[in-house]
Amino acid sequence: MTTSLAGTLIVMPALNEEASVAAVVREVHAKLPGVAVLVVNDGSTDNTTVEARSAGAIVAELPYNLGVGGAMRAGFKYALAHGYRNVVQVDSDGQHDPSGVVRLVEELQTADLVLGARFAGEGDYEVRGPRKWAMVVLSGVLSRVARTRLTDTTSGFRATGPRAVRLFAEHYPAEYLGDTIESLVIAARSGCVIRQVPVAMRPRAGGTPSHNPLKAAKYLARAGLALVFALIRPPVALHNGDEVVTA
Amino acid sequence: MIPIGTYILGIVGAVLTLGIVVEMLRKRRLRERHAVWWLIAGLLALVIGVFPQVLVWAAGVIGVEIPTNLVFFVSIFILFLVSIQHSSELTTLENRSRTLAEESALQDLRIRALEQRLAEVPRDGSSPDDAS
Repeated sequence: MTTSLAGTLIVMPALNEEASVAAVVREVHAKLPGVAVLVVNDGSTDNTTVEARSAGAIVAELPYNLGVGGAMRAGFKYALAHGYRNVVQVDSDGQHDPSGVVRLVEELQTADLVLGARFAGEGDYEVRGPRKWAMVVLSGVLSRVARTRLTDTTSGFRATGPRAVRLFAEHYPAEYLGDTIESLVIAARSGCVIRQVPVAMRPRAGGTPSHNPLKAAKYLARAGLALVFALIRPPVALHNGDEVVTA
Repeated sequence: MIPIGTYILGIVGAVLTLGIVVEMLRKRRLRERHAVWWLIAGLLALVIGVFPQVLVWAAGVIGVEIPTNLVFFVSIFILFLVSIQHSSELTTLENRSRTLAEESALQDLRIRALEQRLAEVPRDGSSPDDAS
């Protein structure tokens, strides 16, 4: 367990998270001793970098805001350059409980991409109405693409194994919803094994998501568009060490 | 027969367009790949400006009743193509600047790490050979 975590890099995309990032980094270090933490400052205008460094994280500073996708691709590239086998994405707002990382990384022994999905339980917030329907449709389609049952496709709590790290260091999308939806499609169509693991999540510091039906419709439209284009793009080859596996 | 003023205006407009495009190409302020559509548009305008019968003939062949409408159609079509080309170039540039931003962040990390290691090296005047 500790041996697998030694080759694991925690990547935290952070945009103006000076209030929470230090606490989250300290919590990760406390719960997962010895694991490396890379905070990718996604063009913050506040003290995110200083706070994260004071807590003992390595901090990469993007010169301007690229979105979660750009921050994550920088993280994957860093992992590749420094010989980390696995990358685990953790939000810097404290939404994800770091103790879930162990479970995700364990699952990587038989999978390339493991999603931490929120399940009904303590600290869970409920999504209702049109937004829920949007998420149900989305997870239905993505489950078929990924050939596994997915219930929480927009989860940002995910672990990536060596094959997927190499894939994502090159092809992680930067578009809106690209880091969640399109990255899943890219991985699935390249032949990555995708799995979902239930983890406990804490409510977001930024409040609950809105239930405005107009916003939900807009979200579904954009998600649908992202999904359709992800599906009609040519698939990317998966490099398995020296041999090339095409899906 | 069209009035002589309009005739001259058409030719002057076309020559001016071509002149500007060629001059910008000459001064390397416009790359060939971006200039292609403007050159085509300018040349077409010049041909039609000098020989308006060509336009009437082309409109007749295609079946456009009012020849001017053919001018509008072709103009809009060319502008449309240029727009698409620009959107595509913009996408390429965004991808490149994204990659550069990521690389620059990672290089910055490497420099920091190097600086830190340099600071740890004792400055007692030992020769570089001793360090290895």
